[in-house]
Amino acid sequence: MDYFLEIFWGGLTRGSIYALIALGYTMVYGILELINFAHGEIYMIGAFTALIVSTALAMAGMKGLTVFILASVLAVIYASAYGFTVEKIAYKPLRQAPRLSPLISAIGMSIFLQNYVLLAQTSDFLPFPGLIPEFTFMQPYAHIIGSTEMVIISTTALIMLLLTVFIKFTRMGKAMRATAQDRNMAMLVGIDINKVISSTFILGSALAAVGGVLIASHIGRINFYIGFIAGIKAFTAAVLGGIGSIPGAVLGGLVLGWTESFATGYVSSDYEDVFAFAFLVLILIFRPSGLVGRKTIQKV
Amino acid sequence: MPQTFPQNKGSVLDIVNLTMNFGGLRAIDAVNLHVKQWEIVALIGPNGAGKTTIFNCITGLYKPTAGDIFIQPPGRKRKRVTGMKIHKITKRGMARTFQNIRIFSNMTALENVMIGRHCRTKAGVWEAVLKNKRTRKEEKDIVSQSYNILAKVGLTQAVNELAKNLPYGAQRRLEIARAMATEPFLLLLDEPAAGMNPYETKELDELILRIREEERISILMIEHDMKLVMSVSDRIYVMDYGEKIAEGSPSEIRENHVVIKAYLGEEFDA
Amino acid sequence: MRKIKELRQSLLISVWFMFLTFPIMVIRVNTIDNIIEWRWMNMIYVGLGSFVFSFIWRYLLSKKQSGAKLLKADKPAYLLPMQRIFANPWMQMSALFFIAVFAVIFPFVFSSYQINIMTTALMYVVLGLGLNIVVGQAGLLNLGYAAFYAVGAYSYALLNYHFGIGFWTALPIGAALAALFGIILGLPVLRLRGDYLAIVTLGFGEIVRLVLENWNEFSFGPSGISNIPRPGFFGIELNFEQVSAYLYFLVIGICLLAIFVIRRLQNSRIGRAWIAMREDEVACQSMGIDMTRAKLTALALSSMWAGLVGVIFAAKTTFINPASFTFLESAMILSIIVIGGMGTILGVIVGAFLLILLPEYLRALSDYRMLAFGAAIVLMMIFRPQGIVTVSRRTYQFSDENHAPDISTK
Ligand SMILES: Nc1ncnc2c1ncn2[C@@H]1O[C@H](COP(=O)(O)OP(=O)(O)OP(=O)(O)O)[C@@H](O)[C@H]1O
Ligand SMILES: [Mg+2]
Repeated sequence: MDYFLEIFWGGLTRGSIYALIALGYTMVYGILELINFAHGEIYMIGAFTALIVSTALAMAGMKGLTVFILASVLAVIYASAYGFTVEKIAYKPLRQAPRLSPLISAIGMSIFLQNYVLLAQTSDFLPFPGLIPEFTFMQPYAHIIGSTEMVIISTTALIMLLLTVFIKFTRMGKAMRATAQDRNMAMLVGIDINKVISSTFILGSALAAVGGVLIASHIGRINFYIGFIAGIKAFTAAVLGGIGSIPGAVLGGLVLGWTESFATGYVSSDYEDVFAFAFLVLILIFRPSGLVGRKTIQKV
Repeated sequence: MPQTFPQNKGSVLDIVNLTMNFGGLRAIDAVNLHVKQWEIVALIGPNGAGKTTIFNCITGLYKPTAGDIFIQPPGRKRKRVTGMKIHKITKRGMARTFQNIRIFSNMTALENVMIGRHCRTKAGVWEAVLKNKRTRKEEKDIVSQSYNILAKVGLTQAVNELAKNLPYGAQRRLEIARAMATEPFLLLLDEPAAGMNPYETKELDELILRIREEERISILMIEHDMKLVMSVSDRIYVMDYGEKIAEGSPSEIRENHVVIKAYLGEEFDA
Repeated sequence: MRKIKELRQSLLISVWFMFLTFPIMVIRVNTIDNIIEWRWMNMIYVGLGSFVFSFIWRYLLSKKQSGAKLLKADKPAYLLPMQRIFANPWMQMSALFFIAVFAVIFPFVFSSYQINIMTTALMYVVLGLGLNIVVGQAGLLNLGYAAFYAVGAYSYALLNYHFGIGFWTALPIGAALAALFGIILGLPVLRLRGDYLAIVTLGFGEIVRLVLENWNEFSFGPSGISNIPRPGFFGIELNFEQVSAYLYFLVIGICLLAIFVIRRLQNSRIGRAWIAMREDEVACQSMGIDMTRAKLTALALSSMWAGLVGVIFAAKTTFINPASFTFLESAMILSIIVIGGMGTILGVIVGAFLLILLPEYLRALSDYRMLAFGAAIVLMMIFRPQGIVTVSRRTYQFSDENHAPDISTK
């Protein structure tokens, strides 16, 4: 039973991270119908920024939660700045281009960012400092769920809540929903599309950065390549839930997290990544509209 | 008057109780419709009545929620085609044009029509690579047949022109030519006169009649231009809110109160 | 006035990029010795670079916009001066002649090191041409092309290991197996929209690689398979130099075959169907084209070339492991066709030579290779989506006099 619970919480932790990254894919797709291939790289850059900042601060003698908070804040700021810039450079000039052009551009951007970090930093795995303290009240449950996992799950839950409030009630949230439904109509009623798109990228990147910091402190090491795999898995989560749908992304993330956790926990850990990819291929084939997405018929 | 054409024989298209839902919206509601051999039938109705949806069901683009579609090409057996694949329906002899023009813009006019010949020709990968005598002849035939069809719609001037560079009216005629290249027994035209000036519409009027005359095929046409509808069609169906509200000859439809009401609104019905 | 505004904008951009690249470019933490390296020079480079680049960017964007207007006004498309010279058939013929002579004497003049590099470049030409069938002609984005390449390579390696099957037998088998894989993958996924298809092929490519890496009993895992025999030459043992030349001519032959076959396909009923499919899927089906079949044909034909080159790759290197078939490999081949020119044979050839030979001869740059490719893909998509070589597609030119078909380049 304890083993089951451990796997359950482990899956939930993974799933939370996937959900955080998946939100960025889903929101961009909802508005631009673009698979933002470089999103995984934004997440990686978020994690890298946190690593650099926290290591630098630690060397300067700072300790504990302050480092964690400062590093996270900077990671979020930088990831958002990258997300914003990537959109302006690689996607905005291609708004009117054929559908595959922005996707190919996104792939180029992803390769560029990966190699940018590889060349400017290193190709080796770097140790990520354990920033999240061990809580004493969690001690009795340590064999089932660690403090870091606890923090990840509750932070994600809190962020989901905030995001829901933002999307439902704020002006920008409403503008985003309107643009996702019908871009031209939104433009006609006076919504500044460029601003909405930029905000979407900034928001999505910020969420990815949070995911990056959390998972890096959980796993304890990162390199330039972590964005690629995480990106594809998060995309799988987004598609699984129904791309374009925000609750779908969360649901998809959790389902994928659990599937992976249980599959590696009870079957075999050699094929951890294969499960995710196979899952992706299967969903796209059998249920391309996802778990909560509605089937639409292309209007002719 | 169009009725001069040889007496109509059996029907080539029968639509029985066709229903199509989009989520909660019923776009077509138990519509019955038929087209006879050599007939020109018009399908009219206000915007959003469900006309294009009927075309999409007939040509296999949409799978109808309920109801059936039967075809009986001249000299062939009657056949149910409901829910069949799009290309198979075209191969069986129904070809269409689109309300929002969908030509292949980066292909020339001739190449567009050559695509229409695809389903009547055979050359596969091997033939393409080996390019034997039979294949060369087939290619040559495709070209000359396509050219002849372009001539019929009056587009020989534009034969090597990229389709996207053609004027609007010519693009519409190109779509008709492309559909004709598939050798249909029934041609489905979705608002062929949309966006045309009166002169072009006049030409289209003649073209439609000539196609029927020369190719001996039936035509089902959606159109908002009443002048065109009244002058070419043998029969007219009228739809409103997914339902068929009237059918009859042009003169009958012109007098029909229900139709007038549907078009002009309640308050006009005094 | 406008100049000052532009200057200010560029300054802002340069400040923005200095800010943006600060943590990654300037700071480097060394966690082992616990020191921080501050690379302030990088910040200056970024600032200057982005300042200059922002002017170029603005200039290119405005040129692109006026270019779009030009095209609408039906002016002839802009051609590179080099291309204008080669529009002359006489020049074309003599250029072809010189290339042919050069290709033939190449292995007798240059070292086997040079020959190997050239062989690699030619292999990428074939890979590019193969991928171009699906991407450039049929308009389907395949991000897992390296998987088919792997199928070819592993077919030869494993068949040889277990059954002692020779190179020449393995060549068609590898090609056929890759084509089969293409069909197996294609059957279920071809209904999907274009960008989903791209992701599925990416997932498929990764699955193939991960399976090769983890299924030790089958593929010998990450350590790969070594001692794969080089191709035999009618039973004669060749020395290393001779084998290089032999493989070189073999690849030249396959290259020519690929060009021939693909040209024929382009100008055929099937090639036209692919273009129609790329232009408008709905209209294409409504014209009676069986799209599933057209897509499967494209996928199978495209994978086949990857399988073929895969077998040659295994024979050339005599050692293969999964690391040769990563996503980067697929991305590399994609860059070749995007940068060279999608949909055109000449573009792919130019792209392959550029992308393989340039980093090879400019060794100093080879570390920056993928960085440059990534940037190049983005820039090409924005400023020159047709690729370096702009050959407008050969359209069928109808000549009135005789009704006889006459194919010529427009
Ligand atoms: N793919 C689809 N998904 C959802 N609703 C659809 C779809 N296609 C059509 N509809 C709806 O079905 C109804 C009928 O549409 P249809 O295009 O058939 O009208 P129409 O008679 O052709 O009108 P018009 O004269 O404007 O072309 C409309 O309310 C339309 O919004
Ligand atoms: Mg309509």
